[in-house]
Amino acid sequence: MNYNWNWGIFFEPNPMGTGTYLDMLLSGLWLTIRTALLAWIIALVCGSIVGVLRTLPSKTAQWIGFLYVEFFRNMPLLVQLFLWFFVLPELLPRAAGLWLKQLPNAPFWTAAIGVGLFMSARVAVQLGAGIASLPRGQKQAATALGLTTGQTYRYVLLPLAFRIILPPLTSEFLNTIKNTAVAITIGLIELTGQARSMQEFSFQVFEAFTAATVIYLLINIVVVTGMRFLERRVAIPGYISGK
Amino acid sequence: MKRSYIIGLALAAAVGAGTANAQELTGTLKNIKETGTITLGHRDSSIPFSYLDDNQKPIGYAMDICMKIVDAVKKELKLDKLEVKLNPVTSATRIPLMANGTIDLECGSTTNNAERQKQVWFTNTHFLTASRYVSKKASKIEKIDDLKGKSVVSTAGTTNIKQLTEANAARNLNINIIPAKDHAEAFLMVETDRAVAFVMDDILLSSLVAGSKAPGDYVISKDAFSKPEPYGIMLRKDDAAFKKVVDAATAAVYTGGEGQKIYDKWFTQKIPPKGLNLATPISPELKNEFAKPSDSPDPDSYK
Repeated sequence: MNYNWNWGIFFEPNPMGTGTYLDMLLSGLWLTIRTALLAWIIALVCGSIVGVLRTLPSKTAQWIGFLYVEFFRNMPLLVQLFLWFFVLPELLPRAAGLWLKQLPNAPFWTAAIGVGLFMSARVAVQLGAGIASLPRGQKQAATALGLTTGQTYRYVLLPLAFRIILPPLTSEFLNTIKNTAVAITIGLIELTGQARSMQEFSFQVFEAFTAATVIYLLINIVVVTGMRFLERRVAIPGYISGK
Repeated sequence: MKRSYIIGLALAAAVGAGTANAQELTGTLKNIKETGTITLGHRDSSIPFSYLDDNQKPIGYAMDICMKIVDAVKKELKLDKLEVKLNPVTSATRIPLMANGTIDLECGSTTNNAERQKQVWFTNTHFLTASRYVSKKASKIEKIDDLKGKSVVSTAGTTNIKQLTEANAARNLNINIIPAKDHAEAFLMVETDRAVAFVMDDILLSSLVAGSKAPGDYVISKDAFSKPEPYGIMLRKDDAAFKKVVDAATAAVYTGGEGQKIYDKWFTQKIPPKGLNLATPISPELKNEFAKPSDSPDPDSYK
């Protein structure tokens, strides 16, 4: 291998004049974290609503939930981001489209919302599975106590279902973080984007991508540890996910 | 005693022969001779330097020059047959593939600069390009100062975005700089009015405009963000023997008038697959460089 290793490159000034190459990667990391957090909030909120819709007795609600999930999970994430970013503004009336295009930080919002909606379909399916895994008696007992459907979900079904699906939700959170890397295709220069810029400027491709890999690993370890802690914290002793 | 003497002599001869061979051929040249193949790295959409035609075959200006280098290497090594392998590369893979020996030459549109020379070497410059911008004629952006306060796109990780950032700060232009993933996407941003202008190497802008739906709608600026910067064909660092052969081959092509012919074929005539014509006659700087081939990364040395 004829390669000139230079691990000191991270402390050399970057050509954009924004500090060192390490600063460049860290600014990318910060953007990755912001995008992933916003996307994850959107995924949890939308995913919970749709997940509940899929388990309601109403046929219409089930259909809406079904269509939503199939729409968002059957299309590659990359294609979805392109649709939101490039196609949607063209479909709107001209003035609205132009307004959308000239929004400051358009790639950030598009990426967070696009990744959030994509991941929400996955959260919805998992929540649906969590609710379906509960014994039928739970719902029947709630009805017998005179709770409305809303109350049944709020006080009985959802608290149990969410505890059951916490481990797969951890994976989904990790996926959300990693999926933000797709957003470089719409011009969001997050961690992967900065690693690419760094290798274009310095030609130190292995160092750049090694650093990006290590940083992704570190954030994901933080997330996994946090979620483990949360799982233990909310576990109900004697129940499925409790000890 | 006598026997061991003979063995010793044979060993010495073998070692001697070994070092003699190593002195003759090393690195890439040795590899090419042993395997009978040379591998060229090519791009897939760097029009007209190196791109795929409608049969998915790599063609282009840099490919033609590389084939001349291949001929010279074949002659140098006195090979009857030299097989040419083609390996697609992207901006992210060209360095690893060069470093690990997968490709021997990178034939594309890679800017030769001092920073990059720490990692690879370049042969004689085959093109010079300056950083300019393309905009819609309708938006009437006639000079760099007209970009004040507007959204301008450039490709992330390029020297162009760096120059734009510097100009923005130096001239107080207050431009909203949007980084794009690649040239096609950046151009799409101008096409869809997400940005008023796209800052890039002028030759790449010409090819994007020529290939767009309505080439007449766009105009490339007279103002430039940089001096003309050199493009070079990349080869492995610290392989002086190979570089000597490659430099001699390219110098012969440029000074012998063949370079001009290859240039005209790709830049002033219709090129496959869509019959685009970039209509970009050779610049005086490049003409001078062809007369006196140079591999300098310094834009100031090309006058």
